[in-house]
Amino acid sequence: MNATPSSSDFILQVEHLSMKFGGLVAIGDLSFQARRGEITALIGPNGAGKTTVFNCITGFYKPTEGMITLNKRDGSTYLLERLPNHEIPARANVARTFQNIRLFSGMTLLENLLVAQHNKLMKASGYTFLGLFGFPSYRQASAESIELARHWLEKADLVDRADDPAGDLPYGAQRRLEIARAMCTGPELLCLDEPAAGLNPKESAALNELLMDIKNSTSILLIEHDMSVVMQISDHVVVLEYGRKISDGSPQTVRTDPRVIAAYLGVDDEEVEEVLVEVGDEDVIEQLDTGPDSAHGPGNSASMMAGPVSDTVEHADEGERVTVSKGASKAAQVDARAASIASKPQPAAKPAAKSSTAKAAPKKPAAKAPAAKAESASKGKEAAARPEAGKRGGRK
Amino acid sequence: MAATVSSERDTVVPPIQRALREGLYAGAIALGLFVLFIGLRTDQNISNELILVQRWLLLALVVIATAVGRFLYVGYAQPAMERAKAEKAKAPAVVAEPGFVRQNFNKIGIVVLLLYPIAMVLAFGFQGSLKWVDNFGIQILIYVMLAWGLNIVVGLAGLLDLGYVAFYAVGAYAYALLGTHFGLSFWILLPAAGCMAAFWGVMLGFPVLRLRGDYLAIVTLAFGEIIRLVIINWREVTNGSAGISGIPKVSFFGLMSFNVSDPNYIAKVLHIAQSGAYYKIFLYYLILALCFLTAFVTIRLRRLPVGRAWEALREDEIACRSLGINTTTTKLTAFATGAMFGGFAGSFFAARQGFVSPESFVFLESAIILAIVVLGGMGSLGGIAVAALVMIGGTEILRELDFLKVVFGPDFTPELYRMLLFGMAMVIVMLWKPRGFVGSREPTAFLKERRAVSGSFTKEGHG
Repeated sequence: MNATPSSSDFILQVEHLSMKFGGLVAIGDLSFQARRGEITALIGPNGAGKTTVFNCITGFYKPTEGMITLNKRDGSTYLLERLPNHEIPARANVARTFQNIRLFSGMTLLENLLVAQHNKLMKASGYTFLGLFGFPSYRQASAESIELARHWLEKADLVDRADDPAGDLPYGAQRRLEIARAMCTGPELLCLDEPAAGLNPKESAALNELLMDIKNSTSILLIEHDMSVVMQISDHVVVLEYGRKISDGSPQTVRTDPRVIAAYLGVDDEEVEEVLVEVGDEDVIEQLDTGPDSAHGPGNSASMMAGPVSDTVEHADEGERVTVSKGASKAAQVDARAASIASKPQPAAKPAAKSSTAKAAPKKPAAKAPAAKAESASKGKEAAARPEAGKRGGRK
Repeated sequence: MAATVSSERDTVVPPIQRALREGLYAGAIALGLFVLFIGLRTDQNISNELILVQRWLLLALVVIATAVGRFLYVGYAQPAMERAKAEKAKAPAVVAEPGFVRQNFNKIGIVVLLLYPIAMVLAFGFQGSLKWVDNFGIQILIYVMLAWGLNIVVGLAGLLDLGYVAFYAVGAYAYALLGTHFGLSFWILLPAAGCMAAFWGVMLGFPVLRLRGDYLAIVTLAFGEIIRLVIINWREVTNGSAGISGIPKVSFFGLMSFNVSDPNYIAKVLHIAQSGAYYKIFLYYLILALCFLTAFVTIRLRRLPVGRAWEALREDEIACRSLGINTTTTKLTAFATGAMFGGFAGSFFAARQGFVSPESFVFLESAIILAIVVLGGMGSLGGIAVAALVMIGGTEILRELDFLKVVFGPDFTPELYRMLLFGMAMVIVMLWKPRGFVGSREPTAFLKERRAVSGSFTKEGHG
C-alpha cells in the first residue's frame, strides 16, 4: 500500500497471516504494518477477525500461516508466531487488553499493576529465594514497582481508588485500569481490543487523551468500533472484512474507500439485493441466494462472491462463534457491482468476472441506480463517512 | 413453606396467634415425617425374629419439641430479630471498631498456643496433660499445617486438589523408610521429605497443567489413590497394609533423646523424673514451629511476585498470560510449595506416631483438609486455623461427651454421632458464611491504607 521504508520504522509487520479454525478461514492472507510511535487502528464489522488477529499477535493463537515480526527499539527482532504465549509480553514487550475486561477483580488496583510487573520483580526477588529472606535489593525493586504503579494510576486517574478491589470499579475505570496494567509491563507495542466499548462520550474523550499520552512512548495497535475514537487518534487504519484486508491507509483515505463504506459502515444485504433487483440482474440475485460458484472458492477475489460464504468466525478468545450468512461480504459486493458497471461499455473487458456480470452489463439503467442506493444506504450510518458516501457508489 | 404463606398476613394476624398456628403446622409436619422414622423401629428379638418396637413417647417428644421450637421462633425470636434489624438501620452507620480480641487475634493466638502445654501440665499434671497436648494440641496443629499447605494450592492458586493426602503420605513414608533403614536423623529427613513431596507435587502438576475445575479435581483425586495403592501393594518396600513400625523418635537436635534406654535420655540429662509427656510437649512445640514456618512462608510468598501471580492465576489465567506470567511454572511452584508443607507434616506425623500404614492416608483425610480450607475461608490463615480447631478439636471433643449417657441412657454412644454433628456444623457454617469464617482477603500491598477485599470480588479459581 505505502512506499516501504526501512523495516525498522515498523514496529510490527504482519505478513500473509492466515488463521483457520477447521474449515473456516478466520483470517486469510492478511498483511499490514504498524509504524513505530503511531496508533494503528484495526477496524471492521463484527466477526471480521480483528480479535483473532490480536490473538495471533499476542500468542493466544498460533497462526496457521504467516509471519508476525516485531522490531524492538534496540534493534532486536522477534517472530511472534514462534514465541510461547507468555514470552510475547515478557520478551517481545507486547501488551494487550481484552474486549471483555479481564482484571483480577479480587485484587486491589495496586496489586493488579504489581502483577503486571511480575517478571521484573521475579528477577529482583532472585526467583523468590532472595525475597523470601527479605534481601534489600528486592525491597528496593518492590518500592520502585509501587512507584511505577502509582505513576500509571495517576495517568489513568485512578490513584484515589488504589486500595479498592478492581471488581468494585465502574466500567469505564476498569477499562482505564486494564490499559494501565498493560502499560506496567513496559510494552513497546500496546494492543487494545475495543478500549472505548461501552464508554460514554466523556469517558471516551478521557480515553483518547490517555492514548495520545501513551503514544509518546509506546506504539499502539487498536481495535475499535467507535469511529470518533478511530478517526481522531489513529494515524493509520487497516480495515478487515471476513478476515481479509479490504483497505489500508490514513483515516482519510480509508473513510473515502467505497469498499470500506459498503463493508464497514454498512450496506445491508437487503439493500444490495434491492439494488440488484432494481438493476434487474436476475443472475446476481440467483447468485446471492444459492451461494458461490464452486469453481470460485473463497479467496478468489475476482469472483462475484469472493470471500468465505456461510461460515463462522471465531470472535472473542473463548469460543464465541458468530455464524455468518452466505453472500455476506459487502466489500466484495461493491467490487462486483463496480465490475458490473465497469464492464457495461465493453463486456469482454473483465474475463475474471462471472458470466452473470457480463450478462448484467447490457442492461442500461443499471449505471445510475446503485449510486443512488449506496448514498441513501450509507446516510445516517456514520457521520464521518457521510460526505463522501454519496459520490462513491458509481464512480469506479 | 408455612413461613411464606403467613408472611403475607403479617399485618393482620397478631404474632402470638400466628406463632401458635405455625407451631401446630410444624408439629403436624414433624409427625408426618417422623412417625415411621422414630415411632417405629425394627429390631431382632431373642429368637432372631424381626419385630417392631413402638416408640410413641420419643415420637411425641420430638413432635412437641419441633412445635414448641417453631412457636418460640415465630412468636419471639423473629420479632426480636426484626426489631434489632430496625434499630440497626435506624442507628447512624457507625463503622464498628473491631473489638480487642479481633484486633489482636493473631498475637493472642500465638501466645495461647505457646502457653497451651504449660497450662495443661499445670492443670492436669504431666500424665494428665498427655491427652490434651497430644490428642488435641498436636492433632489439631498437624491439620492446621496441612490445611495451610493446601491453602497455597487451593486458596491462593485456585487449583482444586483432592489428592493432597498423597503428599502427606510421601512425607510420612520418606521419613519412615529412610529413618528405619538408614537411621538418618529427623532433622535431615524433614527437609528431605519436604523435597520429595515437592518433587511429587511437580510430578502431579505436569500432567494436570491443562486441566481445570472438575477435571483437575478428578485427576488429583486419582493421584491420591494411586499413591495409596502403591503403598499398599509395593510390599517389599512399604510392607503393604501392615505398615512400618518402629520409626525412630525425634531427638532434641541430637543433644537429648526421648528414648528411655538411651544414655542421653532427657530425664537423665536434666536429672528430672521420667515421663512420656516430655516427648509430647517437645513434639507440640516442634509442630507449632513447623506451623509458624508455614505461616511465615505463606505470608512472605503472598507479598512476593510469585504469590501475587498465584492469586492472579486464581482470578484470571488468560490475563496472567497476557502479562507475561509463565502460568506453567507458576502452577508448578504452587503444587510444589503446597506439597512440600504436606511432606513436612507427613514426616512429623510419622515421627509422632512411630508407625505409618496406608490406613492413615485415605481420601477422607484429603476431604477433611479441603473442608478445613473451605470452612476457614480460602486464602486466610487465621480462618483456616480456627476451622481446624473447630473441625478436628470438635470431633475429638465429641469423644468426651460421656455425660450425655445420663440424658440418653447407657446405650447412647456419642462417638457414633461425631460425623453427623460434623456434617451438620459444616452445613450451618456454609449457610451462615458461604465464604468461610474469613471471607475477605488481605491485600498484599497498599498505597494509602490496607483495606480487606470483600469475598464477593475474589474468585474461587477455575480448579
